[in-house]
Parts: sequence; C-alpha cells; structure tokens
Amino acid sequence: MDIIVCVKHVPETAEADIKIDGTGKAIEKSGLVFDINEWDDYALEEAVRLKEKFGGTVTAITLGSEEADATLRKCLARGADTAIRVWDPKFAGSDGYATAKILSKVVRNLPFNLILTGAQAGDDGYAVVGTMLAELLGVPHATMVKKIELNGEAAKLYRELEGGFEELLEVKLPAVFAVSTGINEPRYVSIMGTRKAMQKEIKVVDLAGTGLSENEVGEAGSWIKVEKLYVPPVEKQAEFLKGSPDEIASKIAEILRTKGVL
Amino acid sequence: MLTKGRELAQKTGAELTAVLLGKDVRSHAKTLVEHVNKVLLVEDAKLENFNSEAYQKVLAHLIGDHKPLLTLIGHTSFGVELAPSLAVSLGAPLATDCVDVMLENETLTVTRQMYGGKVNVTARLRKAQSYIATVRQATFQPKTEAPLNGQVVEVPSPLSEDVARKRFVQYVAPPPGGVDITAAPVLVGVGRGIKDVSNIPVVEELAKTLGGALACSRPIVDKGWLPTDRQVGSSGKTVKPKFYLALGISGAFQHVLGMKASDLIIAVNKDAKAPIFGVADYAVVEDLFKIVGPLKNKMQELKGQK
Repeated sequence: MDIIVCVKHVPETAEADIKIDGTGKAIEKSGLVFDINEWDDYALEEAVRLKEKFGGTVTAITLGSEEADATLRKCLARGADTAIRVWDPKFAGSDGYATAKILSKVVRNLPFNLILTGAQAGDDGYAVVGTMLAELLGVPHATMVKKIELNGEAAKLYRELEGGFEELLEVKLPAVFAVSTGINEPRYVSIMGTRKAMQKEIKVVDLAGTGLSENEVGEAGSWIKVEKLYVPPVEKQAEFLKGSPDEIASKIAEILRTKGVL
Repeated sequence: MLTKGRELAQKTGAELTAVLLGKDVRSHAKTLVEHVNKVLLVEDAKLENFNSEAYQKVLAHLIGDHKPLLTLIGHTSFGVELAPSLAVSLGAPLATDCVDVMLENETLTVTRQMYGGKVNVTARLRKAQSYIATVRQATFQPKTEAPLNGQVVEVPSPLSEDVARKRFVQYVAPPPGGVDITAAPVLVGVGRGIKDVSNIPVVEELAKTLGGALACSRPIVDKGWLPTDRQVGSSGKTVKPKFYLALGISGAFQHVLGMKASDLIIAVNKDAKAPIFGVADYAVVEDLFKIVGPLKNKMQELKGQK
C-alpha cells in the first residue's frame, strides 16, 4: 500500500490575533506560529496507520516555499518515508485549482494506491484540492471522510453528512480521500524521531519539474483572485462586561436574574 | 439560494432554472416552479441516493446543454463532494463556501471567509462563460415573492450504465447519546480554550450549578474529550436554550449556526476579536478559568439564599 499525503504549512489562527497587512490582500504573517494544517495532520496519521497495518510507503508532499520544510520534517518524524516540496516563485498566488494542477503533475509520476489529504485548510478554507486532484488524475474521490476500511482493491468509508449523520460508501482504489478532523488521534513525535527526520533529504520539484507552463500556475493559472481582505461586520454588538473576575461573575448573575434564567 | 438566484437573475436579465435530480422526486417540482422560471427534472433509479459521480455526469450534461452563466450549489457535505470535480471537468471557475455572490459584466465576484471566520475576503473569478459557486448554509434569507410559476421540463437521464467506481451503501444515524443537550434549559459550551481534558470536570460542575448541561464545539469531540452527542453546530446538534455560556469558543461559523438562536448568549474568550462575540449578547474578554470559579461560587451563594 503506497500512500501519498498532501499537506499544507499554515499559520495557527484559532486563538491568534489576526491583522490585515499593508497590501490589504493578505494577513500579517509575522508573529504567527506556522504548523501542519490541522486537517492534514489527521490525514498524515491515517496514512501512517494504514502503512503500519498493510505495509508499503508514505510520501508527504507539499506546495510551499522553504519554510514549509518544517511541516515536511514533522511528517517524516511521524512516520512518512519520503518528503517532496514542490516550489517555484512562479507558484506564488496559486489558488486551490492551480495547486491541484501542480500536485497532479508531481504525483502522476509516483506509485500510489491511495492519496490522502485534509478535507480543507485552516487558512483559505477552499475544501477543493483533494477532489480536484482526483478529477485531474482520473481517479475516484471522497471528502469529509470519518473512517476508512481497506479491503484489497476497494475501500469502505464513512463520509460525514450534516447533523451527526454519515454515509457508508465503497470506493475502488486508486483513489483520493480527503479526511475530516477526528478520524483518529494524531500521535506525538518522539525527540528521537524528530532528530532522525532532520537528517532525511527533502526532494524539491520546481516549475520545470512539473512540466507545466508559467501561465498554468500561480495567479495566472488560478481561477480566484483575492481583491480585498476585511474584518467581518458583526451581526450584533455584544455588550462587554468589565471588571475583576468576581465583579464579572456578579454581573453575569445579575443578568441571569433579570432575564429570568435563574 | 433560490432567493439569491432570483435576485441575480433579475439583475442580469437571465432566466432562473432549478435542477431536480433523483428517483420519484416529481412531486417536489410543484413547489420549485413557484421560485424559478424552469425546473429541469431528471429521474433515474441511479440518482436515488447521492453519488457524486452520477450527479456530476448529469450536471455536466445539463450545464453543457443549457450553458448557464452561473450554477449555485449548496456548500453542504454533498456539495463539497461534487462541485470541485464538476468544475474541473467543465473547466468552469469555482468559488466555494461563499457568503455572497455578485455578477457584474458577466464576471463573478464573491465574498468568502478565511481563517475560521476571522477575516472576510472579496475575490474575483477569472472571466469565463460559466461559473460555479457553492454557498454557505443559512447565508441568504428567503424572501416571500410573487410565484414565478415556471415550467417543468423533463430531461431523459444521460446515465447509461452504473457508476462502478463509487457505490452508496447506506446512511448511518448518529449513536443514541446519554445526554440530550437540545432539552437542557442552560448550556455551558466549551471550545479549544479549555486546553486539556483534565479541565472538563470543573466546567461540568459549573454547568450543573447553573442547572444545565455541558456542550462543546467540534475540536473537543475530535480530541475525544467529550462524546459526539455533546457537539453543537452544523455537524452536531442545533440548540436553543434559555442561556448559552460559551467558554473558550472562537465562534467558527459551523458552531454559531448551532447555537445562535439561544435566548441569551454570554461568551468568554481571551481574544477580543473572536467571532463568537459577534453573536453574543454579553462578552467577557478574559481567560475562562478566571471566570469559572467565581461564577460557580456566585451561583452557589445565590442558591443558598433561596
């Protein structure tokens, strides 16, 4: 079972303070901590678990500049056998579609039974790359996958629907599965594993290596062009409660009494 | 989506068409014609349950024949399974999870969210003959308008053979849970901000003191800290308690959708810009652990007085 995992190096923004930069088209990246995209973390873990069960290899691949090596090293430390970073300055500004095109050219030349990736990325949230990649490769796909059971030529998988419901599907391999968070419990990396991963080689593929032309990648090869970022307007303005924790607790208690909750 | 579609069609002088796919779904066409100029109906036993490959083939066929400027698809679990591969197969530029869509000079501009809803983005799509956009659930408010009384056009199914690579087997209902959070008058919802599973008991106690139950956002279930039946949001339960106390929840759209109808919402979060404050009645910018203890004591004190 040869598995390719597509990962993305993204800023952690769930609890961070975000500022829009001077161009108005991106956020201020300095001061943010970057790590493997949360969804991809689960995809990597799933790949390593399948390898441990069925044998084979795991290749981690990312589209990104040199900083993304940190995420690939993490993949290697967690059980990936090889890592590939696809980058060329011409790739800057690639949307989900351009990213899928670039990745498809690289993975086409690799042996694989299964490609795993996260169902979406925590930064742009397009949720398209895995599905588009499958279409470009001419293989079936499934996204929002909550459970995978492999049996030879096919996989039984559970896809997440709304309201806690799931659907059970059978999909023939090779295929691309984009996984949901919570599909497994990603493991911690040992210090030994991290050290070993530092010594492994990361292969780099550039524009020439993909065989694509300049106008098929980056902004030129994308469907979506970001015009402007702005802070979303609030639906309603909350009243801010201030004071010491005890004062705030008293204020909350008073609100609950006035509103008849108590 | 029908309301937005009608608005866009009126603005651009276009016709609004709905596509109805399935098996024995004809009866739904009657409702749909009120909202559109035309309903394209394709009935086929192979379309009974959603299968993105079968649906993609049929939609590609219909889009190829009717050449719409824009195809709107819900950003649902089915929508995200279908739209990206459909867009690639047609070469039609796609924007996903849109909260607004605008057409000007036959060019599509969309509003989307990034970074878990902390930033909005306006994006323009590359000029094309045909666009696809998936739109976020509950984004557009349905309007009551004069019925359009459109026509139903039946299209023979273009599916000749079974889709062999992907097969629907069955739906799976969520496991019955021990706690029904939809019935609780008070809910304490916890998110990433609680940091560790060892902090669950202290918030659970606060929930009990308030006469309610403990609920959570998705990351807490993903980590296995609370069972699935406690999850509030589009992939969990929709709740409407008298009081919802959000602790350390950033307020991703998926969570907000499940709790914003609560009578009273108080949110505690360290980040003053957390989107949860956009739906809360009262906001506390503070470390939740500094509030939990004093609030529990205050509540116990009040109970003692009664």
